[in-house]
Amino acid sequence: MIKVERRLVQPRWLSVGVPVGSVAVSFVVIAVVLLITGHDPLHTYRRLFIAAFDGKAAWNDTITLATPLLFTGLAAAVAFRMNLFNIGGEGQLYIGAITGSGVAFWLGPHHAKTLTIVLMCVCGAAGAAIWALIPGVLKAFGRTNEIITSLMLNYVAGLLLTYMIFDSASPWRDVSTVQTRSFPQSVALQPSQFWPAVHPGGVVIPFGFLLAFGVAAALWVLFRLTRFGYEMNVIGDSQRAARYSGMRTRRKILAVMAISGAVAGLGGASQVGDFSHVLDASAQGLQAANYGYTGIVVAALGRYNPIAVCLVGVLLGGLQNAGLFLQGADFPSGLVGVMQGIILFCTLGGELLIRYRVRLGRRARAAETAPAAEVA
Amino acid sequence: MNDSLVVQVLAQAVLYGTPILFAALGELLAERSGVLNLGVEGMMLVGATMGFWGMQRAPGPTSLVLLLAILTAAFAGLVLAAIHAYLVVTLRASQIVSGLALTIFAGGLGLSSYLGNDLGLADVPPKHQFSDIDVFGLKDVSVVGPILFHQSALVYASWAFVVIVAVYLARTRLGLNVRAVGESPGAADAMGINVVRYRYAHVLAGGALAGVGGACYSLAITPGWTDGDSLVGGAGWIAIALVIFSFWRAELCLVGAYLFGGLSGGLPSALQAHGYKIKPEFLNALPYLMTIVVLVLVSTSLARRRIGAPAALGIAYVREER
Repeated sequence: MIKVERRLVQPRWLSVGVPVGSVAVSFVVIAVVLLITGHDPLHTYRRLFIAAFDGKAAWNDTITLATPLLFTGLAAAVAFRMNLFNIGGEGQLYIGAITGSGVAFWLGPHHAKTLTIVLMCVCGAAGAAIWALIPGVLKAFGRTNEIITSLMLNYVAGLLLTYMIFDSASPWRDVSTVQTRSFPQSVALQPSQFWPAVHPGGVVIPFGFLLAFGVAAALWVLFRLTRFGYEMNVIGDSQRAARYSGMRTRRKILAVMAISGAVAGLGGASQVGDFSHVLDASAQGLQAANYGYTGIVVAALGRYNPIAVCLVGVLLGGLQNAGLFLQGADFPSGLVGVMQGIILFCTLGGELLIRYRVRLGRRARAAETAPAAEVA
Repeated sequence: MNDSLVVQVLAQAVLYGTPILFAALGELLAERSGVLNLGVEGMMLVGATMGFWGMQRAPGPTSLVLLLAILTAAFAGLVLAAIHAYLVVTLRASQIVSGLALTIFAGGLGLSSYLGNDLGLADVPPKHQFSDIDVFGLKDVSVVGPILFHQSALVYASWAFVVIVAVYLARTRLGLNVRAVGESPGAADAMGINVVRYRYAHVLAGGALAGVGGACYSLAITPGWTDGDSLVGGAGWIAIALVIFSFWRAELCLVGAYLFGGLSGGLPSALQAHGYKIKPEFLNALPYLMTIVVLVLVSTSLARRRIGAPAALGIAYVREER
């Protein structure tokens, strides 16, 4: 008989070993899916690896695609850690791009680069934080389900983005020439406003990528070393216990939503400053890649640990990169989402092994099962 | 009279509300048994894809083909729901994360795109589609004719399902058991109800209904298949919200579904047909904004009276820790 019982002590190595094992299992499952649908899994995996991680050009693209995932992954991790399910990272990223680019367009090219970058970051983060505070306020004061409200605002933010470029004369839209008046596009950043990048060994590492690591380090400190982080953990475990012990849960919800939104917003500002240099509302632009939703996958795979989120973000950036450049017979469209889903399913299933242990045998001894009630 | 704006909006509201209604009824069943499934959007997309595929491949007369297509869609939704059920019921994973994973797995950049492209469904003209039935020859009756008596078979099937689900939950022994499992699985277990079996059954049924809801798009509303997530466009999420503001009751789902059907499909197309110039982005944002508004209204009164929500919703049942 198979018996599943709760672990009283969770060994540390399991929290690394199980996710890694789960990912390995998921690659076997994905191979089966590929085989069933008539694709050669080994060939696909080889192409995937080459496209994502073999050579400088591959790494450049992987880092480019990983950058927004680091931000959205960290944004989701902050909120999910407190059992606050902000799945509005997608929309918050758009809003961050809108406000971040807006301040750059308003400033114009004749200011110091540092000032431009700082203001883009501040405005991108602030705009997205305010956007995230909408579901935050509704959750804190009206107990409205933040999952639905934050998700609905993603669609609204996407439509707002489209409206600003395609259907209005907003300051973001370029109306300077005849061509741009008939084929709508955004105002562009001037080269003096582009975010810098470093080039160690020929690989381009954009400023946003480094900024994301800085944010991750700051969040790690916040979670581990501050009272704020401690209270987040308590509220995440039991909101009621937290309230009884005098923690201000409502204020914490607002603060965490704002931080989560601000991090996603930095991702949006970085999209404009580092990469596109315009506010790209087209079908191939910001709205094409589902960065916000993928961020949830990144956060869950990283078990909401900021450092792990960064590593997972780079891996999934590689997967996105492969998905974008390999479409066709060896890399069917939609495989990226399928792979993300299967990896996440396997990781979720593997969680069981962290929290419980599976014993084979007749019956667990009574002495061992008795304290389980205490844990529950 | 029947060409007036109001009648057209209402007739469209019924059409566009039907997929939301199917999906919401399915989610209602799952949630009443205590399992939150946030994968509705993904299940609907795969349902739309597989329903369209079934319609293209099945032989026979139109009505049989469409029935087979609907069954294919239902089966696709059921298979996806089985993944969720296994993860959250058997493996006790987080219902929220698992549901999100299901939507990402099955969504517009995932399985539905994979299947649609692999099966060659893009830009294929539909061989068959649901057409409007003239019930009892009443379609030209003033006002109610176009709204109630000139709709597709899916609409009438959805009404049947509303009655079935409402009666099942409120008036049958099985329904009572389901509610017990959703409210207090420990007590239900003590009564001899198999909690795991009930939860599996209702999550699977919910998946099947979500699949049918998705097929409403690819077989009736906008016949065809397009890559990406525009085919369903958030209706799955609206369905989840709908369950909340129908206070977990099937008959109220019907009202809510048509409200959102009217906002998402009826109003924009009718306004355009009548030559009103309103920015499309604003009209398209309306159902999402209204979802938030209604959810806020409902959750404040809900917080005061606490009606409807199954007490054990979202919580894994572990017999040893009861």
